[in-house]
Formats: sequence, structure tokens, C-alpha cells
Amino acid sequence: MMLSTQVLAAAAETAGQVSGGEKWTFFLLAPLAVIGALGMVIARNAVHSALWLVLTMLSLGVFYIVQAGPFIGMVQIIVYTGAIMMLFLFVLMLVGRDASDSVIETLRGQKVVAILLGLGLAGLLGTGVYQATRNMPSVGLELANANGNVQGIASLLFTRYVYVFEVTSALLITAAVGAMLLAHRERAKGERVGQVAQMRARFEPGNYPGPKPGPGVFANSTSVATPAKLPDGTPAERSISPILPTRELTSAEIANKHTEGK
Amino acid sequence: MILSPHLLAEDPATGDPTLASFGHDPWWIVLIKVVGVFVFLVVMTLFTIWYERRVVARMQVRPGPNRHGPFGLLQSLADGLKLAFKEDIMPLKADKVVFFIAPVISTVCAFTAFSIMPFGPFVSMFGVRTPLQLTDISVAVLLVLACSGMGIYGIVLGGWASGSTYPLLGGLRSSAQLISYEVAMGLSFVAVFMTAGTMSTSEIVNAQAQGSPVNLFGFEFTAPSWFFLLLLPSFIIYSISAVGETNRAPFDLPEAESELVGGFHTEYSSLKFALFFLAEYINMVTVSALCATLFLGGWRAPTSFESFWPGINSGWWPLAWFTIKVLLLLFVFIWLRGTLPRLRYDQFMRFGWKVLIPVNLVWILVLAGIKTLQKQNIPTQEKLIYAGLAVGVILLLALLWPQKKEETPLPLEEQVAKRPEGSFPLPPMDLQVPVSPRAKRLTAERETVPATSEEEV
Repeated sequence: MMLSTQVLAAAAETAGQVSGGEKWTFFLLAPLAVIGALGMVIARNAVHSALWLVLTMLSLGVFYIVQAGPFIGMVQIIVYTGAIMMLFLFVLMLVGRDASDSVIETLRGQKVVAILLGLGLAGLLGTGVYQATRNMPSVGLELANANGNVQGIASLLFTRYVYVFEVTSALLITAAVGAMLLAHRERAKGERVGQVAQMRARFEPGNYPGPKPGPGVFANSTSVATPAKLPDGTPAERSISPILPTRELTSAEIANKHTEGK
Repeated sequence: MILSPHLLAEDPATGDPTLASFGHDPWWIVLIKVVGVFVFLVVMTLFTIWYERRVVARMQVRPGPNRHGPFGLLQSLADGLKLAFKEDIMPLKADKVVFFIAPVISTVCAFTAFSIMPFGPFVSMFGVRTPLQLTDISVAVLLVLACSGMGIYGIVLGGWASGSTYPLLGGLRSSAQLISYEVAMGLSFVAVFMTAGTMSTSEIVNAQAQGSPVNLFGFEFTAPSWFFLLLLPSFIIYSISAVGETNRAPFDLPEAESELVGGFHTEYSSLKFALFFLAEYINMVTVSALCATLFLGGWRAPTSFESFWPGINSGWWPLAWFTIKVLLLLFVFIWLRGTLPRLRYDQFMRFGWKVLIPVNLVWILVLAGIKTLQKQNIPTQEKLIYAGLAVGVILLLALLWPQKKEETPLPLEEQVAKRPEGSFPLPPMDLQVPVSPRAKRLTAERETVPATSEEEV
């Protein structure tokens, strides 16, 4: 960040020209951004993919800062890298850590065609942008940041683009409300069980309020397949998980462990 | 002293650093400052661990660490050294690279966030006049938010990469928690930005230097200059969300030891664990320092002190005021930990989204209204009438708001009688607690002592 201050100061002095610091930052981070983008596509594990994307987004944020747009750069890092990618990660982690891409091609030759088409599109876009901006002078940077970058953005957002801004936010809110509507389950007033009602139900007659005994409690074996013994010596069936297959215990497991005499 | 024109880039009213004063230092000054910030943070971490253990111990009526060094001050240093030499365990199911990177991300972000903290005004460093602050940018406070946003990755990835259930749950919890409380925290900055008119930390400190004179009904007085009084709701919301943002009790759900063993760092050991530990304490210092900067006047001692000590806010002294403020805020963190039990997760999230954020939004709206009113070129009395009208409408609404009818609870006997047959046993309603036999004996023993014995002695 220290670098960026100096770069900013330098950029303010020689607006329109690419300063040394800016050049160095670009040549350091541009390969990283590209590697991040490639890594995101190539990585098999979904979480690794997300992390590569984080690297790319972080580099983009620094590029914005270097190009005299500190506010948009920070917002890129806070909102995209800090919040949105984090939500992606949240979902990916819920899915499970072994959820990797399958490598089987469902369409024959799909991979080769996809790579070729992707390269073609990248080449097309790259040359297009290069041709369009080759000798274009950068104009108005000083003017835009005259009263400070944040103030400049604020005055544009709240005067010229206020309508667009509001419409966009209305769109986003509609999307959020829609998503909530789809995921929401309407509950009748009496259907919702509060904490008090839950505790009542817990102590209702016929329900055992305490924790269930673990397997092997008071038994001769600590195996998870051995039911716990109740104080009267009968096995407690509910101490064993129902998914465990029942097996017969060997006589050695049933026999007393000679702990009485010690 | 090296003189050059850019050194004149100082605040016209106070002569203190502004945004323009940065970015001109020679490289060796920058290096000294970087090392200084690093040393400050590491020493503060070591000190805060000791401080926390001693303060909590005092609150629980026990001595706390008191063996190593004076007052046990070297205890955390000894612990740190021991931690570094412990065996480093890599779990079999861990994702090796991510498991290694996670604590590094946490620590790097924690250190980076501190680079914009203003420690003091201009000082002379080996003959060079330079602000006592590593750097400043026009969006400095956002840098802290960005760093805390990136620091979450350390916790979340550490939890995921451990390949074990409890750390994963801790990681999931922390990602949801930190994102929620970051929103509340970011909103609480907005009022400060609106009042100070800038996002740069050095200029926010300058904005709190002098109170503005206010003329109310003919009485002249100076409005308080520190933002914690001017923007009290923001200050309260920031303080609460800062506790949530640093995973501290009562909001330490990602590492709730009663539920999740150690949370995200369960599988971590040795130096990697030490890095997480370091990052957590640095984050505490950072949010305290940011709180001091944004709301408590930064490195400045109260303005009224200047009348009997004119040089109180110049030279290296402000470093001491800044550190004192940070230590006081850290004390509050420790106090909270010693006092409050941990929240339930759903209550905690509800508090963040349904209380802190709406209150913050309403407060920003009110503040914007006040600012707009202040800028209007109308007499003060008319402004007050407008403000009074607004308050009156709100009070009227509150008065006419339909109230929920409260059900009168049944008397206790009827509640007991309503319980179904075979319910969990209740103690008898007329239960008399018998006097403890021990208490009886003590009374009896006391009675045998002659009443005149004290006078004889």
C-alpha cells in the first residue's frame, strides 16, 4: 500500500504518462492475474479454483488503485474478494471438500473444441481492445480526481447517474427479495416452535429429557457396537446408533474383565 | 533539517500532517517506520496476552501469571518461544498447501491493516521531519476493511484445509459472522466520513482537533470535537461490531470451545498456531487503534489539556496518548471477556442483521438530514423548529403505535395443576430449605465464646 501512495503521488505529478512504479506494479501483478485466471480453470478442486479467482480479483483491485482509482480498487477488494468470493467459498465448503470435477468427457472432443474456441475468443477480444486503445491518449484523469477520487465518484453517482444507480439498486433488491421468496417457507402463527415450547415438549411425560447413554457405558466392552447397560443390568438399545450393523459379541468380549479383585 | 516545498503540506489550522504530507520520505525512513510498526505490533501482542491474563485473573480473584520477569511480564515471551519449538503436526487429511497458507494470510493481512494508523504529528527522525505514520491514502479506512475482509480467508481456509469436522464448522461460522459484522462495521464508518469529509486517517484525526463554536439561544459554547460524543450511535455500533469482527468473547463462536473444541485452529500446532494467535491479537490492537483514531481523537490528548501543557500534542508525546487510548480500549475487550457469556449463534446473527444494520441506516439518514439542515442558510431558530417538528412526528408515531396485548400469566398453582399426568417431578410448593447442619454447628460454637473476651484483650 505504501507503494501505491507513492505511485499515486507520482501519477498526480505526471498524469497521462506511465510512471516507473506503475509499470513495475503492472509487470509484477499482470502475470499473477493471468496465472490466477488459468489456475481457476485448470484446478480440479472447487475450493482451489475459488482461491485462484481470489488472486485474480486481488490483482485487479491493485490495478484499479494504480490507475488512480483508489476507491473502486478498495471496493473491488472488499466487496468482490472479501464478501462475494467468501460466499462462494461458503457454499463450496458446505458441498464438501472432496467434490472435484469429473474428468470424463460427455461429448467427444469437447475439450479440444472448447480450448480452441476459448483461445479464438480471447484473441479476438484482445486484438480488438488493443487496436481500439493503441494510440489513445488518456484524457481527463486529473479533472476527474480534482476534488478527490471519492468525492468525484459521489458527485457523479448522486447527480448525473442517480437514476441509473437507483434503478440498479431496485433491480438488485428485487433479485434478493425474489431469492428469499423462493427459499422462504411460510409458517402459520401456531406452527412455529419457540424455545419455551421446545423445553415444555422436552419435559413432557414419555420423553426422556437427559442425554442418551453412550455405547459401552457400564458394559464389558467399550466397542460402539456394545449397548450401554442400564442400572438394572438390561442393555439400553437406544445407546447404539441404528446405522451400525448388529453383530454377535464373542465370548471374550462378554466375559468379565477381572476388574473386581484389584 | 532537509527542507523541501512538500514539507509545507500540512493542515493550515493545526500544522499537523495531511494526506499531502505522505509519499515523500526517503527509503530508509520508510524502512524505519515499517520496522517500527512491526515491533509495535509484536510487543503489543506479547503485552496484551499478559495484560489479558492478569486482568481476567484479577476479575476472578486469583494472581495470574507472576513468575517470569517483573509482574510475570515475560510470561508471553516464554510461551511464544515454547510454541515455536513444539512439534509441527500436519493432519493426514489436510490440504497441505492451503493448510500452510491460511495462517500466513491471516498474519499478513493483520500487519498490513496497521500501516495507515496515525501514531502522532510531525516528528524529527534523524534530522528529517516526517509524520509519525507509515503511510496514508485517500481511502485509508477502507484499507483496514479490505484487510479484515482478506484476513477472513485465513480463518475460513484454515478450517477447511484441516480436513476435520470441527474446524470446518468453525470456518463456516466465522465466514458468515465476519461478513455480517463487516457490513455493520462499514456502515458505522459512514457517519465519520460524512462528518470529517474524508477517508484518510490523518485527516480524520485533524477533523477532531478543534470543536466548532455553537451559538444556542445566546449561549456560546464549543461543541465536543471527538466523534464518539458527536456520533454516539456510530461509536456504539462500531464497538459492538469490532468485538464480532475480532472473534472475541462474547462473540467468539468460530472457536467456541464448549461446542467446537478449538474451532478453526483445532488441528493447528506450533508456529502455524502461533501465527493465528498473533493475528488475532493484532486484529484486536488494530480495531482498538482504529476506534481511537476514528472516535477518540486519534493521537491527540484532550484539547482542554493544552492550556496548562502547551506542548502536549507535539513531538513524540502523542505516541504515549495513542498507546494509552489503545490500552484502555483493549481493557474493555478483556472486561467483556471476563463478564459476558457466549451468545447463541442464531441470536448473534439476528442481532447483527436485524438490530445493528437497521439502526445504523436510520442513524445515517438522520445525520444526513442534520447536515443538510446545517448547510441551509436560515436562522438557527428556524432550524431548531424543523428539528423539533421531526422529533415531534417521531414521538407522536411512537405514542400512537399499536401495542401488543400482553397475556396475563396464570397463577403458579393453576400452572402446576395444568401439567399432564406423569410430568417431570417438581419440588413441593411449600418447600422449606432445612438449615445446614454445618451452619448450626458454627452458630453453636460461636455461642460458647464469652461475650467479654474482646474487652479483656
